[in-house]
Amino acid sequence: MVAKRKKKYSTGEAAQFMTRKAALKKLQLSLNDFRHLCILKGIYPREPRNRKRAQKGQTGIKTLYHVKDIQFLLHEPIIWKLRDYKIFNKKVGRARAIRDFENLHKYLNNHPTLKLDHIVKERYPTFLDALRDLDDCLTLCFLFSTFPSLAHVPRDQSALCQRLTMEFLHAIIEAKALRKVFISIKGYYYQAEIKGETITWIVPHHFSFEPQQKSEVDFKIMSIFVEFYTILLGFVNYRLYHSLNLHYPPKFSSQSTIDDVEKNIVDEEAFVSERVSALNYPILKVTTDLIQDDVTIDNFALDEDPNKVEEAKKEAEKVKKLKTLFKGLKFFLNREVPREPLVFLIRCFGGEVSWDKVLFIGSTFDENDETITHQIIDRPSMPKQYISRYYIQPQWVFDSINARELLPVEKYFMGEVLPPHLSPFIDPERDQQYIPPEERALYDPSVLEDQYKKDENIIQEMTNAEEESNQESNVEEEKIREKETNKSKLSVSTGEVYKEVPWEKSRQERQEYKLREKMIKKKHKKLYNSMMEGRKERAKAIWLLRKKRRLHDEKKATEKVGKSRKQE
Amino acid sequence: MGKLQKPLKRKFDANIKEKVATSTSEHKETDEENEDFLQDNEEVRENDSSDSEGDIENSDSENENYESFEEESEEDNDNLSESDAEEKDSGGEEQEASSSDEEENIEENDRQETNSKTVNTTNDEYDEYDTSDEEDIRNTIGNIPKNWYDEYKHLGYDWDGQQIIKPNTGDHLDEFLKRMEDPNFWRTVKDPQTGQNVILSDDDINLIKRIRAQKIPDVSFDEYAPWIEWFTSQVEQMPIRKIPESKSSFLPSKDEARKVSKLVHALKMGWIKTREEQAKLRAKKEPQFYMLWSTDDQPEEMRRIHKHIPAPKRLLPGHAESYNPPPEYLFDDRELKQWNKLKETPSKRKLHFLPQKYDSLRQVPAYPRYIKERFLRCLDLYLCPRAIKMKLNIEPESLVPKLPSPRDLQPFPTTLAIEYKGHTDMVRTISTDKTGQYLLSGSDDCTIKIWEVNTGRCVKTVITESVVRCVEWCPNGALSLVLVACGNQVLLINPGVGDFVVRNRTDEVLKEVPHNDVIVTERVKSTVQWYEPEPNMYEKGVRIQLNHFKMVSQVTWHGKGDYFGSVMPEGQSRSVLISQISKRKSQLPFTKSKGLVQRILFHPTKPVLFVATQRHVRIYDLLKQAQIKKLMTNSKWISTIAIHPGGDNLLVGTYDRKMLWFDLDLSTKPYQTLRLHGTAVRGVAYHKRYPLFASGSDDRSLIVSHGMVYNDLLKNALIVPLKRLQDHQAFNDFGILDVHFHPLQPWVFSSGADSTIKLYSN
Repeated sequence: MVAKRKKKYSTGEAAQFMTRKAALKKLQLSLNDFRHLCILKGIYPREPRNRKRAQKGQTGIKTLYHVKDIQFLLHEPIIWKLRDYKIFNKKVGRARAIRDFENLHKYLNNHPTLKLDHIVKERYPTFLDALRDLDDCLTLCFLFSTFPSLAHVPRDQSALCQRLTMEFLHAIIEAKALRKVFISIKGYYYQAEIKGETITWIVPHHFSFEPQQKSEVDFKIMSIFVEFYTILLGFVNYRLYHSLNLHYPPKFSSQSTIDDVEKNIVDEEAFVSERVSALNYPILKVTTDLIQDDVTIDNFALDEDPNKVEEAKKEAEKVKKLKTLFKGLKFFLNREVPREPLVFLIRCFGGEVSWDKVLFIGSTFDENDETITHQIIDRPSMPKQYISRYYIQPQWVFDSINARELLPVEKYFMGEVLPPHLSPFIDPERDQQYIPPEERALYDPSVLEDQYKKDENIIQEMTNAEEESNQESNVEEEKIREKETNKSKLSVSTGEVYKEVPWEKSRQERQEYKLREKMIKKKHKKLYNSMMEGRKERAKAIWLLRKKRRLHDEKKATEKVGKSRKQE
Repeated sequence: MGKLQKPLKRKFDANIKEKVATSTSEHKETDEENEDFLQDNEEVRENDSSDSEGDIENSDSENENYESFEEESEEDNDNLSESDAEEKDSGGEEQEASSSDEEENIEENDRQETNSKTVNTTNDEYDEYDTSDEEDIRNTIGNIPKNWYDEYKHLGYDWDGQQIIKPNTGDHLDEFLKRMEDPNFWRTVKDPQTGQNVILSDDDINLIKRIRAQKIPDVSFDEYAPWIEWFTSQVEQMPIRKIPESKSSFLPSKDEARKVSKLVHALKMGWIKTREEQAKLRAKKEPQFYMLWSTDDQPEEMRRIHKHIPAPKRLLPGHAESYNPPPEYLFDDRELKQWNKLKETPSKRKLHFLPQKYDSLRQVPAYPRYIKERFLRCLDLYLCPRAIKMKLNIEPESLVPKLPSPRDLQPFPTTLAIEYKGHTDMVRTISTDKTGQYLLSGSDDCTIKIWEVNTGRCVKTVITESVVRCVEWCPNGALSLVLVACGNQVLLINPGVGDFVVRNRTDEVLKEVPHNDVIVTERVKSTVQWYEPEPNMYEKGVRIQLNHFKMVSQVTWHGKGDYFGSVMPEGQSRSVLISQISKRKSQLPFTKSKGLVQRILFHPTKPVLFVATQRHVRIYDLLKQAQIKKLMTNSKWISTIAIHPGGDNLLVGTYDRKMLWFDLDLSTKPYQTLRLHGTAVRGVAYHKRYPLFASGSDDRSLIVSHGMVYNDLLKNALIVPLKRLQDHQAFNDFGILDVHFHPLQPWVFSSGADSTIKLYSN
């Protein structure tokens, strides 16, 4: 008997992948439900090694899922919940259509709810995994917390987002975990370090919500993501609060300057949530004993590079200092300053902060408090000023945190033209990147001085040049005359010593390298070429930036000259 | 008023209970009072219609706080027992109305009684009730806690909306003085409504005293008045109505039973929920958080995603994204133009946003694409296929092979030493004699020239009939003979330079035409004819002349200098011809065409012939008359070949820019492919003594390389490009046409299309 012929694409890569259509058929779900499921369970398509083989010889690009992923979905209990949703929608639709309000009411009361706790645990086996993946979660939750009620976003979702994000901020404040901040045109970037994981999130600027076109943004999808992310964030908050010895949900100590009368008026829940969003009240701790978290690094690493150990120590020292950066300082926020980010920052680094009582609940002292050291202000002038405090612009807070020290306030005074705000996320060790002079000055303060000197020199030269230009014409004529007289005389010129051309050697080396370049294996040639291309492009970008800067500086210098001349 | 009525009712309920309690004791009093009461009652009824409102207000003000609290709780109750209330509403309303009427009457009664004793018959009822009200009405703040106004300088607003300023209360000293001096100080009280001091009258004080003593405030009220039996205590034996009670009044209502059973069923089935259940459900629907992970880093065993690939994080922002970036990051006009040009294809833009500068944080607007960007990230997370890609973290320099430095591989030609000028057209071919004293060149200007290498002087010029395609000096040192291919002819020329003895000997050897009996086949005859040169040709130096039937493109000597091969590319099966000088005889080694033959080459030591056709190099054993190997070049068109003096390595130059180094012992595939040139390679050569080889191409460059071949078979050849020499001029897109090494010195000659020959020395 002839052995049965093996069918093509029944093993190997072709058997490992499944198109989306096949997956839908296998799971007996509609595309919408499948999408919902994939988002919640964190299933994503995979890129096969060989697309043609994985697609069983079909051309074109299909969405391919791993077969094991789909099998994993097959036994998921929330599939049944999704089917319940389908039935529920049908029932509700029917009841509404036949105006059977009694039943409609009944159905609506028994609305099926998804329970996602097990999925959180399944997707994030450990707490650290959850922290690692918190970036998107936080960014989206912060965005949703600004949303009004929308068509496809459940009503309580934004409220929940708001609650959870504020709780998270409290945890960061209590843990003093914030490390870097940045104001970009998109929003505020925050970077915190929790348990050795860096978490970066973006909080949009005010009024970030604007209605979107249906073809542009599908809020339904985002809402599904948020549905999962809120649960994740809740659990993360819970664990964070516990590791910090705080009550969850947050409670406030009774002594925290709250009048009983006020408490009577406002109902309890709203009262607490308002305190939470004020960010200005310390949360009640479970135990009062302090946790000693600053463990000294023991010097175990004998085999490691001693320089590295030294560096790590320095870094730890710096971080420790950063945690108490604003300790002892009292800030007052003016009305036009965005309250939430600044309160968060100042409280994170141990400062005291308050604002106008009318503005928002939770202010702790008034503007006329004499002990205020800094008033943060974002307007060109102010009628009534106190001598005892600095009036500074908000960028000072951000720049100080990134510099990890209190910067001199002179450049940030009210009405001053601010120095550029630099991103703290740039790795200074990466080669081939443009470093603006301001950033270089952070590492080495002498650079900026040089820059200023250079500017002055330019100005001087320019002034000198114009003065000289009048004299030059006379000088030149004289020179010509001298030359003529010199020519007629017999003279012996001294011989020139033959000097080795300094660039000759490098030129030769370059030539040799070029020939060697041709000997690269064919296998690596493309890679090498692309790498070199990239390098060239980067060099060009740097060159361009440098040129623009130079032109800008020159322009500024000429303007200065013009101004000074006008004054004269 | 609708809302107010309910609390009132409750109060009246309380009153009536009190009343009932008192009335029971008074029950057995005389009828006189009863009549009196009835009279009063009538009077009150008159009042009732006009004054009920004022009355209510009055009672209102008496216990405001209490009421407001009541009201709330009542409302709460309402919500809780809506169904109850509804049921009541239908039946109970009438009752309520009537009972309230009664109660009012009773209360009114009460008051009337007290008043009737002090003021006998006064019809002006306003005097009596509204005195206290009028004072109050000045302040319009209503029924609110007065301490709300503690911080302000006013204590309310009058009818015109003007603030009622707090009356000036003296300081502590004044108060002290008052206390000392004013005899009425102790009975002075501050009115919270007006803020003014009021001196209490004796009656008031008595009243207060009575209240404090928990007595009934009204002095005139008789606690022990006789009981008046309003309702008879006797039980009637007979029904008052004539109609007997219906049967249904004894049976439980079926309708109600049906309703109840419906409710019970719904409760059982869970269609409706009790209030407790509802609260529980609501709590359940809200997410409940607990300690999900027991430890930080120990995962619990459970089924998870197969080989999870975490999503890459978003790139962190650079300086350009700052709200106040350094000035160089802002776009200038050109960049802005470029940005706008790529509107259709935003992915091609260098940055995905337009850098912007704001003078202060106050002016920074919301980023319009923020939501869209977050949405795209969401799409990426669930739609974008993921794969693990290894990121190469290497310097590009590490890809360049490590080769010994050229400086360690000296000597090799580095500098241009001599230029040989004299030809008027491109020099296709060059060759040197065995000692390296003379250089032979053939050019398109139909001449061959012999140059003295060291001086660069042209020693001799021989004019030929057509374009010279190939020249080669005889490798045999005993013969002074040169092979020249021009047009259809191959000429054997005695150049007449060098050793005198050798020159003459050569002439002598070639003078005697050997006689042989071998019959030349027709095939060979039609291919080539041997001629003795005519006298004028002999003068020029031509000793033997061979006329071929097609154009000869190449001639090459066998290592011993007796045989030579010639190539006629258009000759089909007769394209390769091998001739022997000593016997003046030619033979055609191949019977079949193997393709377009480009070059042939004799092995330096073995009887082996290399034939380069357009794509392959075939190796034939001349003794066995069989093909040994076929080398695969993997290129489109071979231009030239050269063999290493050791005989084991072959260098092939191609028109498609490559140079192929074949190790004949290794395989039929090239050992190394060198792409040193940018255009077609036209000449390649090995040095006879030094481990050098050179190649010239149309890009005018001559590249000298180190090519060390080791005797150890395990060690592969080492190839290092050493020097690029670029001195020739381009002419008609041709650069260097031929390359030749000096036989003894590490010098190289190159002949170019610019009709010069150049010598490079070390």
